[in-house]
Amino acid sequence: MTPSLLATSYIGAGVLFIMSLKGLSHPETARRGNLFGAVGMLVAVLAVAIQVGILTSPTVIGAALLAALIGAVVAARVEMTAMPQLVAILHSFVGAAAVLVGASNHLEPAANLVGAEATIHALETIVGVFIGALTFTGSVIAWGKLQGVIHSKPLILPARHLFNLAMLAACVWMAVIFVQGGAEATSALIWVTVLAGVLGVHLVMAIGGADMPVVVSMLNSYSGWAASAAGFMLSNDLLIITGALVGSSGAILSYIMCRAMNRSFLSVILGGFGVEEGSVAAGGAVMEGEMIATTAEEVVELLQDAQSVIIVPGYGMAVAQAQHPVREIVDILRARKVQVRFAIHPVAGRLPGHMNVLLAEANLPYDIVLEMDEINEDFDKTDVVLVVGANDIVNPSALDDPTSPIAGMPVLPAWEAESCIVFKRGRGAGYAGVENPLFFKPRTRMLYGDAKSSVDAILKLLKA
Amino acid sequence: MRLGIPRESSPGERRVAATPDSIKKLLKLGFEVTVEREAGLAAGFDDASYAAAGATLADRAGTWSSDIIAKVRPPADDEVALLRAGQTIISYLYPAFHKDLVTSLSERGVNALAMDQVPRITRAQKVDALSSMGNLSGYRAVIEAVNVMQRPLRGQSTAAGKIHPGKVLVIGAGVAGLAAIGAARALGAIVRAFDTRPAVRDQVTSMGAEFLEVQIDEDGSGTGGYAKEMSPAFIAAEMALFAAQAKDVDVIITTALIPGKRAPILITADMVKSMKRGSVVVDLAAEQQGNCELTRPGEAVEVHGVTVIGYTDFPSRMAHQASSLYATNIVHLLGEMGGAEKFALSETNDIVRPMTVLKGGALMWPFEQARKPEHVTPHAPKAPLFSEEHGPPVFEKMTAFSKRSLLLLALSLIGIGLTAPPAFLTHFTVFVLACFIGYHVVWSVTPALHTPLMSVTNAISGIILIGGMLQVSSSTAARTLAIAAIVLATINVAGGFLVTQRMLRMFHK
Repeated sequence: MTPSLLATSYIGAGVLFIMSLKGLSHPETARRGNLFGAVGMLVAVLAVAIQVGILTSPTVIGAALLAALIGAVVAARVEMTAMPQLVAILHSFVGAAAVLVGASNHLEPAANLVGAEATIHALETIVGVFIGALTFTGSVIAWGKLQGVIHSKPLILPARHLFNLAMLAACVWMAVIFVQGGAEATSALIWVTVLAGVLGVHLVMAIGGADMPVVVSMLNSYSGWAASAAGFMLSNDLLIITGALVGSSGAILSYIMCRAMNRSFLSVILGGFGVEEGSVAAGGAVMEGEMIATTAEEVVELLQDAQSVIIVPGYGMAVAQAQHPVREIVDILRARKVQVRFAIHPVAGRLPGHMNVLLAEANLPYDIVLEMDEINEDFDKTDVVLVVGANDIVNPSALDDPTSPIAGMPVLPAWEAESCIVFKRGRGAGYAGVENPLFFKPRTRMLYGDAKSSVDAILKLLKA
Repeated sequence: MRLGIPRESSPGERRVAATPDSIKKLLKLGFEVTVEREAGLAAGFDDASYAAAGATLADRAGTWSSDIIAKVRPPADDEVALLRAGQTIISYLYPAFHKDLVTSLSERGVNALAMDQVPRITRAQKVDALSSMGNLSGYRAVIEAVNVMQRPLRGQSTAAGKIHPGKVLVIGAGVAGLAAIGAARALGAIVRAFDTRPAVRDQVTSMGAEFLEVQIDEDGSGTGGYAKEMSPAFIAAEMALFAAQAKDVDVIITTALIPGKRAPILITADMVKSMKRGSVVVDLAAEQQGNCELTRPGEAVEVHGVTVIGYTDFPSRMAHQASSLYATNIVHLLGEMGGAEKFALSETNDIVRPMTVLKGGALMWPFEQARKPEHVTPHAPKAPLFSEEHGPPVFEKMTAFSKRSLLLLALSLIGIGLTAPPAFLTHFTVFVLACFIGYHVVWSVTPALHTPLMSVTNAISGIILIGGMLQVSSSTAARTLAIAAIVLATINVAGGFLVTQRMLRMFHK
């Protein structure tokens, strides 16, 4: 294959990747978009395979086929609730691969470079390895937290910021040694890998479960930058383009998540939300009023009379696997010409857009699943709001209590509806540990118990 | 402990203080309930339904001998005579207007709680009968107005000519006022509302009404959610506004009350005279002598072709629903007083205490609340979570930030331009442009597909695979590393695209 043909296949692949992301702008074009991405990948891989002549190498082909098989099996088997974990662990693979490519390239550089070019090349290598290692260990920890293998409470070491800075400084020092070249270079590279790895572990360990959506999208971004750095190192434009696409995608998702929580990106990645001195215990005004419990019968009565219903799902719904009976309730209500819609907060679930996927899995049409901005104005015109397994995203103190730890976070105004039913396991505070005045509002009723059994009870009564 | 529900003796009063539904809840609170025969008949609840709910039926004397009496209207003189020391009576009392009644009750040595003295605090809303009744009154006010009007409220274009929408002015946007706004809007009217408290503006506009204002800056928010009396200058401006509006609107609904005082006159005889013939004034403050000069409490009168409705029984005109709401208020109050077991007129309970007019015959009203600051002082101030550096994205801050980053960008571009070799710069160009494309493309992704976006970007970041492939023809060590990279990245590519496809297949209309 001529270099020009290789370059044009890169361009083709790059365009296909861009079209792939573009396709996701609407559910109808999304599947085609995904296909574009896959084709782009195939074009790129085939072109490179022909170029370097590995189609004849049984080891490589065998290894790749085996890996593809593993990927396919995992993709087919994974539970939709476990998507965050899958995404996290896949990020770690990209990180690890970036480290491996960097190390391999260091052992066997493709070209002999001198002067400024050599320096830049070394710099590219070390940056790629650094980001790769950070992404790798960070993603593994994120996976562990999401999977429940590691406790989701943030781990707060004393002087942790100092610790991070010290490691960063050490990395820079090692990088300088590496760039200078010579005998020490290899061990400097190993040191950077190890230090970046420890840094990744520590950074993610310090972040609480509620901030996981941000962390996962941040790692998504990092995996892109790692690929980009590898592209610089190998002088490969396709890697650079793709890495930049992925990197900006992750960065935007992180930004959206942060905005939805009214937190700065820095405060999230530095971690420790919910345990900072005096941030939660002191936060929020004293609750006035009482929580009024209700029964499934009363909720059904409300639903019988309702003309419009909004359901606010949270991760609790997915954990309780209540989305399927919820869908049946929605079907019954819709058959009775009741307007039923879902209101999705950007940080509902453990991954951006996670709730949408879970609701889609439960066979709910996507056109009744609306984003916060699309539906927030309609709450005051709604008869019944059902809050299933959500808490902080419907907390009014975010808007009216400047002392609240979640002050300024945009929330879904469930309290504006004619009546609001909160499905709740017990009388505890939410994920962020913040009291919720919604529960004390005069038009709010609490339906205690496991979300699944509560929803089942309502479904049974509605069918009767 | 026995609770008695007498039949209302006041002429025209159709409500009752308990319904079969509320009886069940009262029994749960531990009370025995005695209901006077035919007590609920006018409100649509027959004796059999009370008996079925578990109440005992009795005659007048049998009911009035109960430990607690719950009713709607203040007791009449002959009813007061039936009371004895130690009994508790719960009803509307309006102690400020009914001094004699309070004295005679006091002579009987009873406990008396006034349903019109419920404190205006969030916790007390479940007991607040003025609100629950006000809500119905506001609605009914519109209905009564439409009933005597000679034109519809909703505008329409018909083959026989255009029907202009009716205009409704609501004065006072409290519970009743807001309900009136809602009902008038629902009937298609153009609604304007006036209130001295600027805080209610949002509520008014959110219901689709226009909020009228006078050009004087004065906040009429008094204590307990009521409006306070305003300065003479303000009142003059306000009256000028009403006079102008009176010429224009078809219906005026007034709801302005000042606790314990005669209702303010807002609509003068001249204003009524200036209204179009066939217009209607509904005065919801008639019970406190009315907001309109021409109001005759309890009656509808026609003056200069304008009907002035001064009924004092709006809730009673919807006795069935009104009774249900009032009965629920009573249940909540009795629950608040400790149910049958621990029944007491607690002096520390912040709902019961202000409602207590008499305790064992001793006057407890008016309740002078120890002056507490309006708002609970927040706990020890904490380090702000959103400090100057990472505050919410305020526009000014963002621009300062962007200015700095732009400067930084320019400097680094110059730096790179001075030092980097040309080969790097071609790649760098590609990188920067790709970042921009990524930025724009990703913002167009619908939030609903953010999870598929992550998994598909995950898959395409498996492009690092070709990095491995380019290294694979090297020596052993490098080759092994490269193959490992290929394996990991391939899992990513295959897994990422397939799981995305699986997810996207689930999205359907």
